[in-house]
Amino acid sequence: MRYLPLTPSDREQMLAKVGVASIEDLFLDVPEIARLDGPIHDLPFAQGELAVERHMQRLSNGSVAAGSVPFFCGAGAYRHAVPASVDHLIQRSEFLTTYTPYQPEMAQGTVQTLFEFQSQVAGLLACDVANASMYDGSTACAEAVVMAARVTKRTKVVFSGGLHPHYRRAARTLAKHSGLEIAGLPIAINDEAAVLAAVDQNTACVVVQCPNVFGTLTDFTELAKAVQAKGALLIAVFTEAVAFGLITPPGEMGADIVAGEGQSIGNSLNFGGPYVGLFATKDKYVRQMPGRLAGETVDADGTRGFVLTLSTREQHIRRDKATSNICTNSGLCALAFTIHMTLLGDKGLKHLAQLNHEAACEAADAVSSIQGVELLSDSFFNEFAVRLPGDAAKAVEAMAAHNVLGGVPYSRLRQEPGFENVLLIAATETTTAEDIASLADTLKKVI
Amino acid sequence: MAMNNVGRPTASVANDAAAPTTFSGARGLLQPTSLIFETGSIDRTGVDLPPVKGVTARLGGLARQTSTGNPGLSEPEAVRHYVRLSQRNYAIDLGMFPLGSCTMKHNARLNEKMARLPGFADVHPLQPVSTVQGALGVMDQLSHWLITLTGMKAVALSPKAGAHGELCGMLAIRAALDAQGQAHRRRVLVPESAHGTNPATAVQCGFIVDEIKAAPDGRVDLSDLKTKLGDDVAGIMLTNPNTCGLFERDIREIADLIHASGGYFYCDGANFNAIAGRVRPGDLGVDAMHINLHKTFSTPHGGGGPGSGPTVLSDALAPFAPVPYVVTRADGTLDLVEHEADSDGEPFGRMVAFHGQMGMYTRALTYMLSHGADGIKQASEDAVLNANYVQACLKEHMSPAFDGVCMHEALFDDSWLEGTGVTTLDFAKAMIDEGYHPMTMYFPLVVHGAMLIEPTESESKASLDAFIASMTGLAKAAKSGDTARFTGAPYHAPVKRLDETRAARKPVLKWAPPVEPAKIAAE
Repeated sequence: MRYLPLTPSDREQMLAKVGVASIEDLFLDVPEIARLDGPIHDLPFAQGELAVERHMQRLSNGSVAAGSVPFFCGAGAYRHAVPASVDHLIQRSEFLTTYTPYQPEMAQGTVQTLFEFQSQVAGLLACDVANASMYDGSTACAEAVVMAARVTKRTKVVFSGGLHPHYRRAARTLAKHSGLEIAGLPIAINDEAAVLAAVDQNTACVVVQCPNVFGTLTDFTELAKAVQAKGALLIAVFTEAVAFGLITPPGEMGADIVAGEGQSIGNSLNFGGPYVGLFATKDKYVRQMPGRLAGETVDADGTRGFVLTLSTREQHIRRDKATSNICTNSGLCALAFTIHMTLLGDKGLKHLAQLNHEAACEAADAVSSIQGVELLSDSFFNEFAVRLPGDAAKAVEAMAAHNVLGGVPYSRLRQEPGFENVLLIAATETTTAEDIASLADTLKKVI
Repeated sequence: MAMNNVGRPTASVANDAAAPTTFSGARGLLQPTSLIFETGSIDRTGVDLPPVKGVTARLGGLARQTSTGNPGLSEPEAVRHYVRLSQRNYAIDLGMFPLGSCTMKHNARLNEKMARLPGFADVHPLQPVSTVQGALGVMDQLSHWLITLTGMKAVALSPKAGAHGELCGMLAIRAALDAQGQAHRRRVLVPESAHGTNPATAVQCGFIVDEIKAAPDGRVDLSDLKTKLGDDVAGIMLTNPNTCGLFERDIREIADLIHASGGYFYCDGANFNAIAGRVRPGDLGVDAMHINLHKTFSTPHGGGGPGSGPTVLSDALAPFAPVPYVVTRADGTLDLVEHEADSDGEPFGRMVAFHGQMGMYTRALTYMLSHGADGIKQASEDAVLNANYVQACLKEHMSPAFDGVCMHEALFDDSWLEGTGVTTLDFAKAMIDEGYHPMTMYFPLVVHGAMLIEPTESESKASLDAFIASMTGLAKAAKSGDTARFTGAPYHAPVKRLDETRAARKPVLKWAPPVEPAKIAAE
């Protein structure tokens, strides 16, 4: 077995040193009824690299890779061009095969990159402080909701109808068991007024999204003020981090907590994970935050260094009184994010965001010029919603048969009467003019 | 051709002088580092993009007017920055990483290669299912392995990490209790040796935590457990093998007791790597258990994630598994159940957007196929043997916390350091100078000054012998009064001991431009 260094004679010598006759003697605490007499049945035995690679390659061939066809799926996961150096660097042994920097003196590489990551995220979102990452955008959103309840000591949560339905479900799962009351507003492309109307004296937070799941951009500045005047917090969610190269960031709109998905910078689609949740807030709430935080300090010689800090919020210290149960986060995905962001810089990010917006504008024009297709988003970043004359899921299946991955039907996210015909279409810098022409041609054919 | 070495000294000269401070700030191979905010600039970029076209924006008046403040670096600068930083990290690939409870075993590079195949890495989670049969195949096969290895009924793949898997299991228990009209059962029993995530998770599910004492042998105190049972108990959260590195030998009785009282048995599977392929948790009476793919099945720890925490469920809890999950249709194709309304069961909800950690599924499946049922069993046995060997060799110099054999990790307390002036923390920092990542320290809480050593099966006997020799040397040094070796450690790391108190007292959590001297003078 290529991964196991012990030889049979090593094992014999070591058993002798331990003072037992056989390996079985080390498992005597296992109840007799649960002791197996050999390897577990119904599973294959060890295989060499070649055989394993063949098996996995065969499986991989069973999927249609996004890069092999005209591709327009978004709805929370976006296909971007990631520089080759990003994947090379994150595979360096010293990053890949290390762990949470519990011993900072031998993990300065990790802690400093987390500090830089936090700084970049805070700048991107225009917030005071960001943590060292969450699992993904949806779990970041869920944690933001329970944090808002802690901060305000209130128990009602208002979800905008423009929030990504998976985020809404994930947040609901966590919130309802924390004793919170959920006020989910009807699905809507823009429901700012309804959100404010739903806020009462017991409301801990409202959860809004920009760009929202239909791509629509909304200025929450006035809403944030109004919500805060009623003693509640505004949580701003996003699923496409590249957007903030071009659109007003949630911190500038006065959001109290910002939670969203960082996948689109540095990370592949990966069929939904692993991704990297971004989480930021105002300075005054930092001690109520979930997740790891890297901070600056000095060593015994006065040299600058970095450590994990404010850990009295966390489960390994506070146990049942912790702000969250989170332990492992998305270290390597956060590293990919921060490397890609460093390569882009402010200038590159703005340029990239502009390319995305232009591709989406062109796709929107091409699609909405088709007879019977109605553009639902009057403003958007790189994703927009259209209403087709018929069922959107069927249209997407039919387009897939023509080798075009033409977007995400809203019904895939949530089965909502009246939204069966809604299709979400995303375009990025990877989208070509030919891709857009294929999309328009194919959509015209199938509807 | 002979080299011209005229005048070049060929022998080294003995030099006892202290190392001089260098002008560059480097120390030989160890290069100086700075923050990107100090070396980068706002108008530099390391990515070449095609020109923009100047399309009229449709941003609804929301165009960003401000800078992100994030500097850019050209590619050579960025590569050098991150490579230099990487060299300030310790890693499994450099040496033994005996961080107990974290299972730092070798990360096979085949797993990395397979995870990057386009049929897994370059597929979108919401593509039509007809176009992602390969990715669903990975999820289906991984599920089969996990269910078979654990002897359980079903698995929920979507939890994103171990703690998230705990949440999944406990929410399934809560849903099952609610369905039985047992919603009043709110108390969860948690041993005091448990990982901090256990009590934190129970509280996140709306439960109240009740601690169970440890017996003198490091296991659950059965008599204390019996007194805490009652008709308000939802269940127990028990790690097995436990955090002391011991198998809970009364586990069947514990399971029977909790079931008889109407509660469920959650097993924290963080230490499944000690028994995988040898013992099936389903045979122990477990109702739910998360599996850390990044521990037992060696997906890389990545400096703190991503993890992955699939949660196996018993017959009783399987109907409550969250969406989404994979099913096989009558025609043999795979499909996803993504909406609670489409489920045959009673899902407690959804935990995440999309389907969980696909990138970890492919790595774990590759590990499983490589090892096979025989190799997984052998790996568990070697992990246990390695830990026992370390314990046997160190017990004459250090004080094992408990008598007898251990499972995959060896636990020592600090009683052997008494009177030396050296603490567990000091000892750990001296290990850094020895070129080892320290063991887990001060955990579990039930052992004073705990030192939890988990060698894993990846270490050869020669590697263990070198580690044991180093630890023995340190132990002798501590006892012989060589205190400075410990209290001033680390001496040989890129930085000296870092001031964690200062970091917490005045938190600096992001970079800020230095205040100009003129401004300081004006104030």
